[in-house]
Amino acid sequence: MTTFDPYAPSRDTTEGTVYSVTGGDWDSLVQEIGSTKEERVVVNMGPQHPSTHGVLRLVLELEGETVTEARAGIGYLHTGIEKNMEYRSWTQGTTFVTRMDYLAPLFNETAYCLAVEKLLGITQDVPERASVIRVMMMELNRISSHMVALGTGALELGAISPMFFAFRERETVLDIFEMISGLRMNMAYVRPGGVAQDLPAGAIPKIRDAVKLMRKNFKDNTTLLVGNSIWMKRTQGIGYLDLAGCTTLGITGPVLRSTGLPWDLRKMQPYCGYENYNFDVITADTCDVYGRFLIRMNELEQSLRIVEQALDKLEKLEGAPVMVADKKIAWPAQLAMGGDGLGNSLNHIREIMGTSMESLIHHFKLVTEGFHVPAGQVYVAIESPRGELGAQVVSDGGTKPYRMHFREPSFNNLQATSAMSEGGMVADIIGAVASIDPVMGGVDR
Amino acid sequence: MFGAPGTGDTSGYGGLVRTAASTGSSERPYGGYFDEVADDLERAYPLFSEAIERVVVDRGELTLHVKREKLVEVSKILRDSLKFEMCMGVSGVNYPADSGRELHAVYPLLSLTNNRRIRLEVSVPDSDAHIPSVVEVWAGNNWHERETYDMFGIIFDGHPGLTRILMPDDWQGHPQRKDYALGGIPVEYKGATTPPPNERRSYK
Repeated sequence: MTTFDPYAPSRDTTEGTVYSVTGGDWDSLVQEIGSTKEERVVVNMGPQHPSTHGVLRLVLELEGETVTEARAGIGYLHTGIEKNMEYRSWTQGTTFVTRMDYLAPLFNETAYCLAVEKLLGITQDVPERASVIRVMMMELNRISSHMVALGTGALELGAISPMFFAFRERETVLDIFEMISGLRMNMAYVRPGGVAQDLPAGAIPKIRDAVKLMRKNFKDNTTLLVGNSIWMKRTQGIGYLDLAGCTTLGITGPVLRSTGLPWDLRKMQPYCGYENYNFDVITADTCDVYGRFLIRMNELEQSLRIVEQALDKLEKLEGAPVMVADKKIAWPAQLAMGGDGLGNSLNHIREIMGTSMESLIHHFKLVTEGFHVPAGQVYVAIESPRGELGAQVVSDGGTKPYRMHFREPSFNNLQATSAMSEGGMVADIIGAVASIDPVMGGVDR
Repeated sequence: MFGAPGTGDTSGYGGLVRTAASTGSSERPYGGYFDEVADDLERAYPLFSEAIERVVVDRGELTLHVKREKLVEVSKILRDSLKFEMCMGVSGVNYPADSGRELHAVYPLLSLTNNRRIRLEVSVPDSDAHIPSVVEVWAGNNWHERETYDMFGIIFDGHPGLTRILMPDDWQGHPQRKDYALGGIPVEYKGATTPPPNERRSYK
């Protein structure tokens, strides 16, 4: 019996010689491959590769340096979130969805909560202050997400400084998230019916300062990259995908807008009151990586505009509720906390344990069972930083989702890898994939 | 948890066992642009009444239940004549109690031209889980159909390469079907053991 040694430098198979590259052995590898007459090489890139934007595996067929076929292999981050949610209450669902696309947690939560609210028929009852907070948080999240897209995209193409600046801006946003929700990522802050808690005291002036700071700091990256001749050589005309390609592949978000079509769900099919904000839909007409980069750059300013308008609205809505009035749905988000910020407040415990048996029963039933959601199915889509994020939710009338499905823009858009990179140079695949900005947590769920 | 048999619910609250079943057809007028969509489709597709089993309007969303034999034809007309240029994927739903129609596939469609959304739904029996692929109509459904095959075992005939996409290639079973247990391991903490989520007591 022959044993298979996965660490052997090469082995022969029916499809040709397979070389295992472990790093540091490039010279011998190039020499050995160079000695064969074969022009066609199949390269496995990833899933552990610094330039594949996460645990993405690319199988590339190369003729010299030209890519003749590119296939993406995914599933390395599959965690069964959709299945798990069928075993948890509707409120617990936000804790799961926030972990899908980990760079845009507030979008996942909002899409899910809007769908649950639509099923419950309480879309109109969600307080205005809650919607404004959602919009503000989503736009801040869009900034932090675009910052990672720009920073890592630049890093993958060999530019290190933009990454430092981008992550500095992202820190500013994550600090705001921490101040408001207690967590920097995966905050489960948006809940069916509203948001988990109101803004803490002094939040609005702090966010205003952060907006001012970011507006100033964005210039660092703009001056570094916009018009930079090396950057433009690496991105212009690369990863070309036109409108017909986008529609047939179902591509949305910055990639679709880079074809010149101003399709943004915030404008076209507004939700959370986006129709009440002034902002522009940014487009480019180059269909390439540079166009998508410019769109993300310019969307940062539009997000800041929306955040400023949201802050103005929040000042007017000071003290207004942030959760629906229906106590059956509002729990457990709006439970009074103890003085140390943890656990239930003593007054609440005193009431349910000492004075009102009804309160205790209701508390117990709502904590263990959760609320019922009328049977039916809905599809709610919002504009996430990567495109249309759709929540397909089916209820059988019970206290848990019957079926949850997320139409993840990263999952869908990653299909464009082949169309964008086949026929091009192998080095340009990196730019093409970075311009799609897939987040593998969202792709694999 | 706590060793109670069955669902463990003694309150009487959770005794109602609900089975998810699709609601009946809706009557005209459907409201909004839905009538226009239905009229346009009827005009463009003479076999409308034969292909569309039911039209359901629920919570402001239009669902056309399409017979699987006619799915590709209807899709082409929706794309070309009614300008539903984009299909936002397909997702499966498993209704084990809905006998003869255990597996549903749901296709949300989007029209960029008219800024409209509708939904197609196809239902097939578990014993014959075949649906024609719409990848030739909307190429972007490629991965979505692979995912639905992976998770539900629905076979999309005519798909260019229907293989698993999220689960490992040699995985047994289709995880998001209702007869596939969630699994998990009990977790011990400070002497108390919490069973895996699908073995805890649950409420309907």
